Amino acid sequence: MKTASTFRELEPEGPRVRVRFAGRDLLLREGGNLAAELLAAGVTPFRRTPVSGAPRAPFCMMGACFDCLVEIDGVTRQACMCEVGPGMEIAMPFAERDGDA
Amino acid sequence: MDSDYAIIGGGVVGLSVAWGLLGRGRSVTVIDGDDGSFRASRGNFGLVWVQSKGMNQPRYASWSQASVAAWRGFAEELREGTGEDPALRQNGGYDLHFSEETLAETVARYEVLKAKLGGNYPYEVLGHNELRMEEPAIGPKVAGAILHHQDGHANPLKLLRALAADVRRRGGRVLNGKTVQSVSRNDVFRIECTDGTIVEAARTVLSAGLGSAALGPKMGFRAPIRPQRGQVLITEKLPKLLNRPSLLARQVDEGGVQIGVTNEEVGHDDTVTVEGIAGIAAQAIAAYPVLAKAQLVRSWGALRVLSPDGLPIYQHSREMPGAYLVTCHSGVTLAAAHARFLPDWLEGTAQAPDLEVFSEDRFDLS
Amino acid sequence: MRDADLVILGAGPAGMAAARTAAEAGLVVVLLDEQPRAGGQIYRDVERAGERRAAILGADYLKGADLVRDLPHPNIRHLAGATAWQVEEGRRVAFTLDGEAELVEGRRLLIATGALERPMPIPGWTLPGVMTAGAAQILLKQSGMVCEGAVLAGCGPLLYLVAAQMCRAGTPPLALVETQTAADRLAALRHIGGALRGWRALAKGLGLLAELRRAGVRRYTGASDLAVEGGAQAQALRFTAGGRAHRIACSTVLLHHGVVPNTQVARSIGVPHRWDDAQRAFVPERDPWGRAAGLEGVFIAGDGGGIGGAGAAALAGRLAALAVACDLGRLSPGERDRAARPLRAALSRELAVRPFLDRAYPPFAGALRPGDDTLICRCEEVTAGDIRRYASIGCLGPNQTKAFGRVGMGPCQGRYCGLTVTELLADANGRSQDETGYYRIRPPLKPVTLGELAALAASQSKETAE
Repeated sequence: MKTASTFRELEPEGPRVRVRFAGRDLLLREGGNLAAELLAAGVTPFRRTPVSGAPRAPFCMMGACFDCLVEIDGVTRQACMCEVGPGMEIAMPFAERDGDA
Repeated sequence: MDSDYAIIGGGVVGLSVAWGLLGRGRSVTVIDGDDGSFRASRGNFGLVWVQSKGMNQPRYASWSQASVAAWRGFAEELREGTGEDPALRQNGGYDLHFSEETLAETVARYEVLKAKLGGNYPYEVLGHNELRMEEPAIGPKVAGAILHHQDGHANPLKLLRALAADVRRRGGRVLNGKTVQSVSRNDVFRIECTDGTIVEAARTVLSAGLGSAALGPKMGFRAPIRPQRGQVLITEKLPKLLNRPSLLARQVDEGGVQIGVTNEEVGHDDTVTVEGIAGIAAQAIAAYPVLAKAQLVRSWGALRVLSPDGLPIYQHSREMPGAYLVTCHSGVTLAAAHARFLPDWLEGTAQAPDLEVFSEDRFDLS
Repeated sequence: MRDADLVILGAGPAGMAAARTAAEAGLVVVLLDEQPRAGGQIYRDVERAGERRAAILGADYLKGADLVRDLPHPNIRHLAGATAWQVEEGRRVAFTLDGEAELVEGRRLLIATGALERPMPIPGWTLPGVMTAGAAQILLKQSGMVCEGAVLAGCGPLLYLVAAQMCRAGTPPLALVETQTAADRLAALRHIGGALRGWRALAKGLGLLAELRRAGVRRYTGASDLAVEGGAQAQALRFTAGGRAHRIACSTVLLHHGVVPNTQVARSIGVPHRWDDAQRAFVPERDPWGRAAGLEGVFIAGDGGGIGGAGAAALAGRLAALAVACDLGRLSPGERDRAARPLRAALSRELAVRPFLDRAYPPFAGALRPGDDTLICRCEEVTAGDIRRYASIGCLGPNQTKAFGRVGMGPCQGRYCGLTVTELLADANGRSQDETGYYRIRPPLKPVTLGELAALAASQSKETAE
């Protein structure tokens, strides 16, 4: 689920906070765009589809495609429309299909 | 002449009748509207339902029961014909109550109906705790429920699609994107559409939903039909949450929880209102608190096709013999009856069901 | 419930410019935008771009900083992070802010919701690692992130801009796989007059191409049969170009073949739309002030009314604001028209290059009518073949295919399948795109939790009781 990211942060400085994604601890830039920060941390996929279980990750980054959906505190949210906050608990929607979580 | 029957209206009602007639070797032409028509078949809640129907007219209850009993075989045959499964589940359904009083009142009315039906009304009353055993998602505000064992649900859109495919497979001719302008009868019926299309048939069935109100009087029917708006919500797809459907909510086969529904007399206005959907959402959360965290992904308003007493109308035209009016607001529940039993009535066979109480004549008395 | 003279949806160039112009004319403005900071997608986070990002993104991006700087005004209430999910009776907007649903009612409404990238359904476009070129730009603008070893595929000026920015950041793309052909370039020359009038845009494009040449980025043109390979992640882009099959191994593919108006809000309130053949998309019907046809008090400005770019959007936003100010008695018709004259002249210059661009970079034909196995609805996973099958059982329009096959029923509300469905049905039924039509857009425009909705019901009944 976590690979070496192909995304590089040009300005990696700034405070980082601990966030849990699908049971793993990640250190992400506080206040950063959640989808971007997860990509930079090498997270893929973000979710599986409820229709076929296919893996998905961010596509449009502007809140239009809904492929970056994650579950935060039990509510499905678009990761690209959220900011990183300390202690966020994030789950992968429909992860159980393939036992990702 | 084009066909034995011309069916005006290609929704669930018209297609179910067409499908049944084709199964008896009749030739059928279905005349359907366009993409923007008011289509109750696209907005249906999807219950295959008995309880609460026909409280003042036991024949409506028994007609619904006959359809519900025939649904399994009907669905099976559709599946064999098309490979499409309308996702029928007949495992009972609930009428949820938020107070002991309304629950008791409803039970009293059910007992009266049950007696009139000779005892064939299998329901049981579940108190809060018993209900919670069946439906762990139920909230503390729910006092109890009536579980009726003849109730169930299906996917109305898959039904519509299967019918559209199977009517064609059975040799039916379906004309889409048409608006019927006039119907006349000399030796045969001659149906003229606004685009110049003409369909000729020995008999014709008017099953055009709200469109029947305008066409009906031209064919000798009163067709006292009005629209009633129902707003419906559906959530994102969720893991299994609800076991059985209720009049308030059901989890569809694809995973979304569908929630309804308003009853609004607003004419031909099928818009969705903030007030309408907010009210439905509040009620759904009262029944199933966990839904508060669910995302609403779609809502729609659809117009029910209602007669003055809410019952179906089955009427043979006196002015235009060979023309029949078939209209109801429970096209999904009654789909099996329309496919299996209505052809006998149209053909006047010995097996024809007695539909006298559904004649338009009942409106003369009032 | 809040009130305003003018409610604006979207804080991109059109919305920001309109807000300022309206506020200066004395109108009380509520500006709703989903993002935490103003700018829209084109000027995303421009106020926070440091020197390094600014150098990469270029001067056109930094122009947006002026609009953002001008936004604070006593008459403007900018609600950042507000997601609008329903518009009622034309002018009442329901939105969620910080987990609370609220309503705002304006005497006028301006829809400035911009553009979406044109859906580009090719095999494998749903795989992780496949993103829009716009997404790559947003990552750079907002998060200072660049992508290593990516392939850019499709066509249009944005593709060159993204490629050049990647070069400047030190992570040049592996290749640029372009779908426009030599014939397209030839046909576009007919519009060269207009392009020369909009010479700035043309010169910028030529400059970008020179930059890519200097960086040694491989370019393929006239590419067809595009497909992304991969299982859990994109692994390669396959295509045909110059009569040969190619395969480029890569874990990121950035797709783009133009942008189209985001018409969700306008559609949801019944603004009539017509098919624009040159832009190959539906556009809402409007008068020259941006006033929507058939609805009282609703305006549309910016790319949401037809693609014109950021410069045109800001001008259109100002024009709409002038019309609103006149409607509400803050400007006389004479004052409005005098103020509008230079704006219209500038708008005409901004739009001069469009016919050339539309013809030089037509959408990739293979993505307008994809093969039967290609997914076209990302949410419900419906294929092009499914749509053709529904056409064969009587579907004339997208609302019937929606009922038959769930296409467009998912959370994206048809944003990334709608135009494809229209094109496929038009083709299968031999009807025009206008005759075929588009989805009826229903609320919610974006998902809202039932809890947020229900709380609104409670607060409304409280208001009524009081």
